[in-house]
Amino acid sequence: MNWPRKDLLDIAALSAEEIEIILDTAVSMKEVLTRPVKKLPTLRGKAVAMLFYETSTRTRSSFETAAKILGADTSSLAVAQSSVSKGESLLDTAKTLAAMNIDLLVVRHAASGAPQFLAERLPLGVINAGDGQHAHPTQALLDVYSMREKWGGVTGRKIVIVGDVLHSRVARSNALCLTKLGAEVVLVGPPTLLPPEMDYLGVRLSYDFDRELAGADGVMALRLQLERQQSGLFPSLREYNRLYGLTRERMARAGKECLVLHPGPMNRGVEIMSDVADSPQSVIETQVTNGVAVRMALIYLLLSGGAVDAVA
Amino acid sequence: MKVLMNSAEIRQVVDRIARDIVQKNKSISDIVLVGIRTRGVPLARRIGQAVAEAEGVNLPLGLLDINLYRDDFNRAGAQAEVRETRIPFAVEGKCVVLVDDVLYTGRTVRAALDAIVDLGRPRRIELAVLIDRGGRELPIQADFVGKTVLTSALENISVHLEEIDGRDEALLDEGDAA
Repeated sequence: MNWPRKDLLDIAALSAEEIEIILDTAVSMKEVLTRPVKKLPTLRGKAVAMLFYETSTRTRSSFETAAKILGADTSSLAVAQSSVSKGESLLDTAKTLAAMNIDLLVVRHAASGAPQFLAERLPLGVINAGDGQHAHPTQALLDVYSMREKWGGVTGRKIVIVGDVLHSRVARSNALCLTKLGAEVVLVGPPTLLPPEMDYLGVRLSYDFDRELAGADGVMALRLQLERQQSGLFPSLREYNRLYGLTRERMARAGKECLVLHPGPMNRGVEIMSDVADSPQSVIETQVTNGVAVRMALIYLLLSGGAVDAVA
Repeated sequence: MKVLMNSAEIRQVVDRIARDIVQKNKSISDIVLVGIRTRGVPLARRIGQAVAEAEGVNLPLGLLDINLYRDDFNRAGAQAEVRETRIPFAVEGKCVVLVDDVLYTGRTVRAALDAIVDLGRPRRIELAVLIDRGGRELPIQADFVGKTVLTSALENISVHLEEIDGRDEALLDEGDAA
């Protein structure tokens, strides 16, 4: 096995084979999560730093947990209380962290391309934990892992991703990841949140949720950012829920076997109803556990590649 | 290339190791077998079958991948594919018999010991190997040895097993020493 990459910035850069290596490694990591002692010596002496310019609970704690189980030390920069609020630039902040012998930087930023900007300028590895509307590769990997775990593989499966596709880095990364592995992806949403140019992703677009649910193997509801209503992109939460909310009546069209996914945090009663989120079809909690396993796999692969040592 | 063991010899040795394991451990119900990936796994399975045929008892069988416990993680080229560890039973209070094909530096066994201890506290841990080729770099020894062959660092031993390689044999590549 060869893993020459030092960074993970975008699903677009990965081959199907590389995605499979990450997912296969995550299977081994998930076994560790079932042990009484969830601690490995593998990355002893390595340091992973979180640099989050946007709020996050699950992604950041998932990365921290993953790094700690692998034996690495973690540090976290609370941007609001840091020199960033004194006007320090992104690159200077990152360079300061790098000078503290950090081996891997996990970055979330509101600007698309910020992780890539850092990766090109720093010798250490960078993981994109979500950048603007561009990409959220680890979310896509954990989503695909969760589907693969249930089905054995995603090839030939139909997955409907519904919601605010326009602003969603989760939808973009998932569409790329799933199609690379041979799945059929349909993006569904109101016309204001699903512009026709989204077909650059090479997937089908549809405004008719009910029709697309027929024959779906999995449906992923995206988080609806409530401030979008103020921008006039949809008339009311109630109407959104009526047309694009994941309700039990609607799920009946897809059948009992159809998996329900949500990247979290959920707006219960808006994009997904509670009885669907908590139904046996839902893998929403499993997604969180799988997120730790997938991030362990990535951190292991990026730090064991030798690329980091070679530059440092 | 010299043949160290042919398929008949490997079969005899596996049967002997199975007998010795049962003889040494009074309580057969406490024994669990753990094969070290890759070729320790089919060997452990064969030892389990030999015990089942002789004693009518099916010993629990686990698979262990030691790559997360390697001591050469930071060296160039150390990257190794991590495969699944599957030990579907508690090791607490058991006699764990680790099984591997070749015992050499002892570093793999050191890693395996750390991995097992992370899963619980066995009553004891024993080691069974098909071939002990000497050359230890750590104070580790096997409890059950199929064949001892003292080799130099230039030489190489490769074990082929039916389940993985399509045939049973152990070969000595004498390298430049020949």
